[in-house]
Amino acid sequence: MNDNGAALQVETEEDTLVFTFSGDLILGVLSQIEAQLHFHKSPPDIKTVIYNLEAVERFDSAAALMILSQIRKMEGRGVECTLLYKNDEFGRLLDMVKKHSHTNSTFMPVGDTPLEVLGKKIIQILETLIGFLSFFGQVVSALSHYLFSPRSIRIKEIMFEMNESALKALGIVSLTMFLVGIVIAYQSSVQLKIYGANIFIVDMLGISILRELAPMLTAIVVAGRSGSAYAAQIGVMKITEELDAMRTMGFDPYAFLVLPRILALMIMMPILIFVADMMGMIGGMLIANLELGLTPVLFLDRFAEVVDIRHFWIGMLKGPFFALLIASIGIFHGLMVKNDTQSIGMNTTKSVVQAIFAVIICDAFFSIIFTNLGI
Amino acid sequence: MKPIIIAKDVVTRFDEKLVHDGLSLHINEGEIYGLLGPSGCGKSTLMREMILLESYESGVINVLDENLNNISALASQKLRKQFGVLFQSNALFTSLSVAENIAVALKEYTSLSQSLINEIVAFKIDIVGLKQEDGCLYPSQLSGGMRKKAALARALVMDPRLLFLDEPTSGLDPISAREFDALVLKLKEMLQLTIVMVSHDLNSIKTTLDRMAVIDHKKIVAEGTLEEVMATDSPFIKTFFTTYSKHLR
Repeated sequence: MNDNGAALQVETEEDTLVFTFSGDLILGVLSQIEAQLHFHKSPPDIKTVIYNLEAVERFDSAAALMILSQIRKMEGRGVECTLLYKNDEFGRLLDMVKKHSHTNSTFMPVGDTPLEVLGKKIIQILETLIGFLSFFGQVVSALSHYLFSPRSIRIKEIMFEMNESALKALGIVSLTMFLVGIVIAYQSSVQLKIYGANIFIVDMLGISILRELAPMLTAIVVAGRSGSAYAAQIGVMKITEELDAMRTMGFDPYAFLVLPRILALMIMMPILIFVADMMGMIGGMLIANLELGLTPVLFLDRFAEVVDIRHFWIGMLKGPFFALLIASIGIFHGLMVKNDTQSIGMNTTKSVVQAIFAVIICDAFFSIIFTNLGI
Repeated sequence: MKPIIIAKDVVTRFDEKLVHDGLSLHINEGEIYGLLGPSGCGKSTLMREMILLESYESGVINVLDENLNNISALASQKLRKQFGVLFQSNALFTSLSVAENIAVALKEYTSLSQSLINEIVAFKIDIVGLKQEDGCLYPSQLSGGMRKKAALARALVMDPRLLFLDEPTSGLDPISAREFDALVLKLKEMLQLTIVMVSHDLNSIKTTLDRMAVIDHKKIVAEGTLEEVMATDSPFIKTFFTTYSKHLR
């Protein structure tokens, strides 16, 4: 089938305007015809308009709608309209279209006023907060169930998740922290060299990496990697009704999906932080050696002397807390997914953003607490 | 009557698994044609090959006088505008309202005025039996039957001559399913459509189909009207239509 295209001829005889259509008057070519008709929409001194479809070969519902709407507009202006066609099919189509057409449908979704938007937003935030609290309550109740009947602990799932979200993240965490160690050491060595305080790089790196940087950066990498994965996995499981299937079979999703992920991450996070500590220090040591001429032996000697073990333990202690936040926020957003594809993307994004934000807030609290305790 | 789709010796293979082993059929203009067969026989695959979503290994498929072997990107784009497809899961765009879902192709492929686009959308919403107010709703706010109708309206927006329906009545309750069958018949009459559908629904098969093909064991075991197909000796047809004759009684 080929489109022959449509043509429109316009003639004026005294007070009569004649539109003669020919060819295939179908949707594909309608744009030009509509533009042409629009050009002649209000001719002066015209009493009658004739729409001649006698030479039209093909005619579809969109074209019929266009002609009918033109006639309606013309008649609204008091111009008499005549429609000519030979083919009975056209008449049938025109009648059918006339019967089913609606002239003033607009389909504008009902918008909200700014005040309504604000109100809805606030309610939404409150609902999310309450939802998170109730989620957390369910987690704790499932956990207490675990404690009272240790046989119900899903060891296999926990092991699987430890491998998925922690062991497989070792590479990226190591690399990130190694590079961060290099960057920090490099930048500070330039400054320290000026004062001839080369040896203090060990104090600086030791405390900043062990206490703050390694836990924080590990948490950010894990939030981006596993938090988002949890949200997406559980979100899709919700859409495909897998969660409902589990419930009806008597498998509590909290025991089977939620707790294993949270526990696995809480167990593995300190290990990831430990690796991050090491990699960060190795990076720093490398630059200290190259830039400041500090041999690894000297570096480690000084390290044992000035970096207190408590800095290491503080970093470790943060691990499970960060893990709890990342995993529970990720899973919570997975469970918040509604039955459409967009909400998966939205909730995955939210899970990462909120997890990182929560980790930073939590870290700030730790800072205040430890400073006040004098640790 | 002029054939609008012709398939000849179509062979399809997924990796090692042979799905079609030399299928041939033809679909005439103006008829409602059914692709039937047990699940996994490749009827949906055959339909997906006709609508350019899947490719076959050898043979020829002709759709609207266009040979799908080595079809150019331009020709396939032109062909796509001449048929509408209703997917089994409706595949409405969740981020768009019903009216926007219907209008999206018009906005992309034509430069018609907004008022004419609105009129076309209103007309399509009306002919599939939805209410005008439903146009402002989003797919997540619709019931299953309404989603089907909205998806059908979207499939019809470019005034296609050819309409593909993939298990249109699956997931609908019997009343909605019969309503949908009636709607399909009405639209075929109104818009002079040729309709190709994959179906398992015995009622739809009885009431809507003019001709059908039964695919079993990688081949067409029967093609023709219901009587012709029922007269064919094949284990699948026997079991499938035994339930049907019980149905009739």
